[in-house]
Amino acid sequence: MSTALLHTGSQERKALISKKKLLPYWLLAPGIVWLIIFFLVPIYQLISTSTQTQGNGIGTYVQTYRFANFIDAITSSKGQLFRSFEYAFLATTFALIISYPLAYAVAFKSGRWKNTLLVLVVAPFFCSFLLRTVAWEQILGEQGLVIKTLRVLHIIGAQGHLTATPFAVVAGLTYNFLPFMTLPLYASLERIDIRMMEASGDLYANAIATFRKVTLPLSLPGVVAGTLLTFIPAAGDYINAELLGNPGTKMIGNVIEARYLEIVDYPGAAALSLILMVSILILVMAYVKRSGTEELV
Amino acid sequence: MVGASFSVHGDLTLTNLTKNFGEFVAVNDLNLVIPEGSFFALLGPSGCGKTTTLRMVAGLEESSSGSIAIGTADITYEKPYRRPVNTVFQNYALFPHLSIYENVAFGLRRRGVKDVDAQVQKALELVELTHLAARKPNQLSGGQQQRIALARAIVNRPALLLLDEPLGALDLKLRRAMQIELKWIQTEVGITFVHVTHDQEEAMTMADTIAVMNEGEIEQMGSPADLYDNPRTSFVANFLGQSNLIMGSIIGGSGREKVVDIFGSKIALPVSRNHAHDSSVLLGIRPEKIRIAAAGSSMYGNILQGGVVSDASYIGVSTQYQVEMPWGQELMVFEQNDDGTPPLAKGDPVVISWEPIFTFGLPGDQDAGAGSEANPDSE
Amino acid sequence: MNQLTRWFSRNLVRIYACVGFAYLFLPIIYTFAFSFNNSTKSNLVWVGFTWNNWRNPCGAPDICNALGNSLKIGVLATFLATILGTLMAFAMGRYAFKGRPIINILIFLPMATPEIVMGASLLTMFISFGFNPGFWTIVIAHVMFCISFVVVTVKARIASLDPRLEQAAMDLYANERETFRRVTLPLVAPGIAAAALLAFSLSFDDFVITNFNSGDVNTFPKFVYISAQRGLPPQANVIGSSMFLIALIIVLLGQFVGRRRAGVR
Repeated sequence: MSTALLHTGSQERKALISKKKLLPYWLLAPGIVWLIIFFLVPIYQLISTSTQTQGNGIGTYVQTYRFANFIDAITSSKGQLFRSFEYAFLATTFALIISYPLAYAVAFKSGRWKNTLLVLVVAPFFCSFLLRTVAWEQILGEQGLVIKTLRVLHIIGAQGHLTATPFAVVAGLTYNFLPFMTLPLYASLERIDIRMMEASGDLYANAIATFRKVTLPLSLPGVVAGTLLTFIPAAGDYINAELLGNPGTKMIGNVIEARYLEIVDYPGAAALSLILMVSILILVMAYVKRSGTEELV
Repeated sequence: MVGASFSVHGDLTLTNLTKNFGEFVAVNDLNLVIPEGSFFALLGPSGCGKTTTLRMVAGLEESSSGSIAIGTADITYEKPYRRPVNTVFQNYALFPHLSIYENVAFGLRRRGVKDVDAQVQKALELVELTHLAARKPNQLSGGQQQRIALARAIVNRPALLLLDEPLGALDLKLRRAMQIELKWIQTEVGITFVHVTHDQEEAMTMADTIAVMNEGEIEQMGSPADLYDNPRTSFVANFLGQSNLIMGSIIGGSGREKVVDIFGSKIALPVSRNHAHDSSVLLGIRPEKIRIAAAGSSMYGNILQGGVVSDASYIGVSTQYQVEMPWGQELMVFEQNDDGTPPLAKGDPVVISWEPIFTFGLPGDQDAGAGSEANPDSE
Repeated sequence: MNQLTRWFSRNLVRIYACVGFAYLFLPIIYTFAFSFNNSTKSNLVWVGFTWNNWRNPCGAPDICNALGNSLKIGVLATFLATILGTLMAFAMGRYAFKGRPIINILIFLPMATPEIVMGASLLTMFISFGFNPGFWTIVIAHVMFCISFVVVTVKARIASLDPRLEQAAMDLYANERETFRRVTLPLVAPGIAAAALLAFSLSFDDFVITNFNSGDVNTFPKFVYISAQRGLPPQANVIGSSMFLIALIIVLLGQFVGRRRAGVR
């Protein structure tokens, strides 16, 4: 063993250090290359496509730097754009109202059932997203028990529906993104030292004051992460509007999907995609700045 | 004897060892020789650089300059896994995914040592935890984890065992028991132990030699008794136990004793304990060395008249007094409750005295309060 | 009465949680129940109980082809994304290097981009480079959006690792490689497993990005979406329910193993 204890030369050490300095880049390289080629380049192409115009024949486009595409896109679908943000906002709010007590109960009131309950919170996520949405469609649909009961009780008239309404779309969005809200909330609540809540009670705060002044502020990072993780996918979603809505509840995602896959208007679809992406990014930045959380990842 | 030993051994020598973290100098030009086979303690308040020194010796931190050697082998730039040095980490750092047995066997397996089983068994016997070999670290109490961390390190028979605040996480009673046990194990295995702590009592109980560190430098090094009875700096006088430090000036004396004037009283100071550079001196005396009696009682040795008891607390084995002196300073006096006389009360005029040999002198330009706020025992 | 209100207020959060769980599980229970429905065409009305759908889950045309594709894509995408993402997580969690903030943004962006934008832009690129969408374009797309989630999950695990454990291994004569193999990797493994599970469920469940980049290759979500228009066969409920049960068993098993590894009895 003593022979191993040779002085490592300073030359060798320098080489080692520079090798070490390159190591993180080697580790990052494959993933970063993947993200550049299959995420950044497509986004760049999307930007480039957004100012093109129709060439000869369907599906061929030439770059004309026609920025009016954006104006056209906004004027033709501003209703759907605003509706998307409205529905996403509502769904995020409802998800927060539903998830917070749920996460709170799992974190503080579940005793030795904590881990099991946590699994149960995520469990619906394991069943296909589309299947669950279809299930809601059928539960609330014309053949379902819910609507029949409500009609018998005269809560809803004979002509009333539950599906194909804005209510159903928002409910679907809320339901589908619930785990994205619950998990970050749970993670930040779970980290709170229960003694802080006890200390607050000791210092003459009642349950409500303790919640407002101690628990809620300490769980704020979870609230920020949860609302972002719910709002972003909800704003871009089109499945819920497609399956649970009617022509009057179309969201921006439906428009983009149709322009790409049905009308084959790539520049218009690209312009709308960019508008959606940029408006989400701006909203997210403003929100993050306001809530004072820097570390997102 | 436990484990297969290394052929590198000898004294640990730190030469001009320095560590900077940016602008901050954590360890400043440290020179230190720790003799082979000794139980050595690095004692100091948190942030004094003791842990950084330890980590540099372990190879977990690279020194900014200077060198580290064991015997004749320079290990300054050696990888941690190529040093004959093992560490008992603060909070133990036992591998949670491995059994106790595999934790202890870890180092032996990495070194490709034969008869791992026999050596692990011996190490577990040494710390009396053979019956827990199959358990996981989470299933052990703090004291048991501490012993496993120790077994995991000494099973390798390193030239040097480093202990980083090893008893910090244990309660007081367990800590006392472990102090005695650690000392016993060190004698048993004969490995050099370097022990880092902020707890002066822990250092004094276990170590042969203590180095007191402050702000990246060694203030004083010596045996526990030497440090306690003959401190060279006000930091050591205050950090290690408690001291009364009184400003005075040397006005004469013979070859063996100096005479110091403090506010009109003549006090004898042994020359061997005088560390003042000139006539300006901070005169030191430990509170338990002082005798106290009602004013007018006859006294011998060094005597200070005119005190008044400003506070008295009875704590069983002794009574602790605060005595206000005519010049306004409060002195601490610890009196053993062994002579049957009733304790003095607040407001009583008193006279105090002590044997001249217990007096020590520090340079007069030092801060009389240095180190007292870092001492957890003083208020 | 007073006692009742007190009990109610004390257990308010628990009651609320029960209602919440009921809401979460209602569609799952519905899906499970209707997998036993003895319906011939559309599975909308309860006809009667039967085991037939479970005996013959491939009974509906093309359903098992779609399921097979989804499983193949899921496994491939999970495998690649977990490797790439774990490597990145180690770089992000362990090293200080130049360009870190930019990389952080690049990792965050795919999670902040609506799926439809990613799906559409990727299709635009494939078309402009003359790539026909199909099986491999789906795999590529799935790896792309799974990477970020893997990085975040594994990085969190690495960050929670006590650095002293690795130092202790180095102190006990394990060189860098051995330290990684014997200490770091086993301790990060639960995080990697969780990330892989997440990646698989994201891939298996994805419809939007897949729909854009699949050409005429069918996947299970695509099958559900298309057949939902005219009525879903009960076999889809069988497959959905079994995926749900399998995932649940894997997670519960993982928890059990994790607890045993940590030595909690």
